[in-house]
Amino acid sequence: MTENDKASSRPTVADRTLSAAIAVDHLVKVYKQTRAVDDISFSLPRGSITGLLGGNGAGKTTTIAMIMGLVLPTSGRVQVLGHRMPEDSASVLGRMNFESPYVDMPMRLTVRQNLTVFGKLYAVKNLADRIAELAEDLDLGDFIDRANGKLSAGQKTRVALAKALINQPELLLLDEPTASLDPDTADWVRAHLERYRRDNNATILLASHNMFEVERLCDRVIIMKRGRIEDDDTPEAIMARYNRATLEEVFLDVARGRVNGAKEVAR
Amino acid sequence: MTDISLHRGISVHRIGAMILRYWYLLMSSWPRLLELLYWPALQVITWGFLQLYIAENANFFARAGGTLIGAVILWDILFRGQLGFSISFLEEMWARNIGNLMMSPLKPIEFLLSLMVMSLIRLAIGIIPMTLLALVMFHFNVYALGLPLIAFFCNLIFTSWSVGIFVSGLVLRNGLGAESIVWTLMFAILPLACVYYPVSVLPTWLQYVAWALPPTYAFEGMRALLIERTFRTDLMLEALAINAVLLFASFGAFLALLRSARKHGSLLSSGE
Repeated sequence: MTENDKASSRPTVADRTLSAAIAVDHLVKVYKQTRAVDDISFSLPRGSITGLLGGNGAGKTTTIAMIMGLVLPTSGRVQVLGHRMPEDSASVLGRMNFESPYVDMPMRLTVRQNLTVFGKLYAVKNLADRIAELAEDLDLGDFIDRANGKLSAGQKTRVALAKALINQPELLLLDEPTASLDPDTADWVRAHLERYRRDNNATILLASHNMFEVERLCDRVIIMKRGRIEDDDTPEAIMARYNRATLEEVFLDVARGRVNGAKEVAR
Repeated sequence: MTDISLHRGISVHRIGAMILRYWYLLMSSWPRLLELLYWPALQVITWGFLQLYIAENANFFARAGGTLIGAVILWDILFRGQLGFSISFLEEMWARNIGNLMMSPLKPIEFLLSLMVMSLIRLAIGIIPMTLLALVMFHFNVYALGLPLIAFFCNLIFTSWSVGIFVSGLVLRNGLGAESIVWTLMFAILPLACVYYPVSVLPTWLQYVAWALPPTYAFEGMRALLIERTFRTDLMLEALAINAVLLFASFGAFLALLRSARKHGSLLSSGE
């Protein structure tokens, strides 16, 4: 193989963007005087699980909202599954899904009714079978015919996850997926997400404050602070760079401004 | 769901899914059902007795039997049509479900079409018993108006949808802090649409404003039919033309407000 052949077989930036599940390029969001997201770029390969970390106001939710097309960027580009967002969202919204604490499922509808409505919106084939499958996987059987408003916080989270998985999405965006779950249920949800990713080669982008969760689930971590990407690597590499044993310690370093010193020491 | 995706096909299944969602909601709550019946019934009873009283004491009203009670029924088509549309929309805001819908393949036009169908269903639940009540208690048969009733109904429901689409856009953009507009905007039209009196009562300059509103044509048309026994086709066609412009403009405004909501991040914080 000649050098020219090697060069031509190497993926170009455009190829990587097209094959990536998510490609974010110089993304900026300004609300009046506040730069909520400040010129960030990253690309997530298909089949990966990436954790988006950062304190309150770091820009995680705004970033996810721009990827979903719920918020328009001030500048920059977002591509999801090879399609530009939000211009070409109609081509891609049926192939992705999300769960977020910023939205709820209708309270008066039963779990089954909610899943039926969303299943129809996502044009899920054999919907009754899919709902039965999710009910078994996520252990919804005991309360599937109960109104969503009468469920415990943990049960609601499982229902929200069932809604997020109803269309077997290629891309799953999760904002605090295990918030308000007891440790046992949270662990069980994490195991389910790992299994889902493995079985479906799905891409998952996960915003979380639970560092243990991120360490366990994610093969890559993006740390944000004040709208910018502070670090972006595997959990192990980041912990090594900050000379810390856990991501929680790294998070505290970043949050308390001990980043630069620690980085210099580690490097 | 973006405005840009509008040129693509409209899915009847997605519209059906939304109608099913609102149907589940309606059937799960007897207070919601009762509320649909309660106010129209109260309206027709109050205005029906007033009509009886006036008819006994004034020759003109004796001749123009039914203009008041007919006006009440047509006004309720206009008002309840808009509420039926807007309340279904507000249910999404109250349930914090709007983000789920905006992130689903549902398109704005499909969302609005499902709200229109729901406004018809809710209207039928409230208005049909109201008209039967008017027939039984006051011997006023609105269905005796015949085909003109369809023309009045269409013009009023089109206006109610235009107002519903516009105020839904405002709530989407500004959050539930703008909810009061949903309940009050139609009352700004009430005096100008000349529901209970002819346009000629208004000062000349205000008559121009009144004739810019399609409901004015429906109420004038109804009075012409009941008093002069004449169906004014010209009025209905003019109203239809204005309604077409209003529907188009309100849809454009909704898309602009949706885009503004996306720009300002309002879809993530749809509270007050």
